[in-house]
Amino acid sequence: MNFNKIYALGLRHIYLIMNSFPRVLDLIYWPTVQIFLWGFISKFFTLNSDYYSNTVGVILTAAVLYDFLFRASISFNMMFLEEIWSRNFTNLFIAPIKISEIIAALTFTAILRTLIGLVPAVLIAVPLFGVSILKLGIPLIFLLISLYLFGITLGLLVTSGLLRFGPSFENIAWASLFFLAPLGCIYYPIDILPNILQIIAKGLPLVHVFEEMRGILMNNSVNYFNILKSISISVIYFIFGIIIFYISYFGARKRGTLINMGE
Amino acid sequence: MFIEIKNLTKVYDNYLAVDKINFQLNKNRTLGLLGPNGCGKTTTIGMILGLIAPTNGEILIENRNMNTLNRDEVLARFNFASPYVELPKKLTVKQNLEIYGRLYGIEDLSTRINEISKDLDIKNFFNRKTGELSSGQKNRVSLAKSLINKPEILLLDEPTASLDPDVGDFIRSYIQEYKSKNKVTLLLASHNMNEVEKLCDSVIMMKKGKIIDTGTCNDLIKKHGRNNLEETFLKLARSKDEF
Repeated sequence: MNFNKIYALGLRHIYLIMNSFPRVLDLIYWPTVQIFLWGFISKFFTLNSDYYSNTVGVILTAAVLYDFLFRASISFNMMFLEEIWSRNFTNLFIAPIKISEIIAALTFTAILRTLIGLVPAVLIAVPLFGVSILKLGIPLIFLLISLYLFGITLGLLVTSGLLRFGPSFENIAWASLFFLAPLGCIYYPIDILPNILQIIAKGLPLVHVFEEMRGILMNNSVNYFNILKSISISVIYFIFGIIIFYISYFGARKRGTLINMGE
Repeated sequence: MFIEIKNLTKVYDNYLAVDKINFQLNKNRTLGLLGPNGCGKTTTIGMILGLIAPTNGEILIENRNMNTLNRDEVLARFNFASPYVELPKKLTVKQNLEIYGRLYGIEDLSTRINEISKDLDIKNFFNRKTGELSSGQKNRVSLAKSLINKPEILLLDEPTASLDPDVGDFIRSYIQEYKSKNKVTLLLASHNMNEVEKLCDSVIMMKKGKIIDTGTCNDLIKKHGRNNLEETFLKLARSKDEF
């Protein structure tokens, strides 16, 4: 892989953000609204629920982590959609850049978009609600890695759909994460789910991430095996996502959709 | 010979878009690709650019099958411009050229950008967003992007479509001047017959996915007993026979 080409493609998205203040505002706006919303819900439950009585910020921390996953996936999708909306697809795919370099550029640049949105929201949560996700300690890094990989995987699967079905697949991009959210056990323990759904949920890294987060905040205990399990599952999905992306790319070449992909 | 197209065929589901075409693109020559809408020109260009996988046949570059060559190395020698393909609208002209220069691995990029923007007279809107430019300005920027890597093989798809005569003439004159100063092999798809006569050394005529005739502009005009290439085009496009 050529770092300069990955950087060039990343730079295209950095310029896009830098050129537009409303775009930066849009990136920050939604996570901040989420923090306010879940901050007040969290405060209410903390005062009125036995389950959360001694654990300030469990729901808010869950909301922040879920938003991190959501932003990572949406950022990946958005950057790909930008190429379609700007009718730049042909230029991109005839440039001497490998598919792996395109995936790497989108993956690395997505973290930047995610952080631009999330960091201000996370900082706001500290003075407003007295909640800091840093309370999760060192395991936070691993939980974020797992969530990020899974978010990018969802991005890869959605962009594969865009390559396969064209821009009409765009709506799925927005719906993809909401579909998995109920199985992710973000705000409730896995025991709430019916048995059959518990089996499916355990196949997702989200359950392990959010169970672990609750374990750390409520019981002050870290289960590194659980964290390792979530990262391993995320890596497997990530590899699967890359394979699907390649299959979709070769399929698009066969169908000739790369040359006239546009709005 | 530089590029040789052998029995190139593309079938989409049950639709035959390109039907066993054969032609050669000689080094530093300009070949015109003519034909009515839907005759397979864009599909042919797409296959040469590696955007579309052929159903059958092969594309040879200097006698080597394109599929056996390193994709990056091949594409670094190519470039393409079309008014139907745009650069990111929200980026400035300068930013777009910088990004594509980096993607093509251009050394001393700022010198190259200065050179090309001076040649194509795009410096005065260098810091404007590409989406805010007029069609003529966009076409010049698109052409600048396509020349950023000094391609050995340049594919142009209707480079002067929807331009006013003044800008169209500027683009044509620039391409002609660029050809005379640089070693470039050019494949030009166009519906503007004056442009083809002015720029192309030879042409191939396509219809319904097939090549129906080929030769120099003068040869074709003479062969079909017409006064100019436009009349020849109309005769061939409306005829039922192959020539």
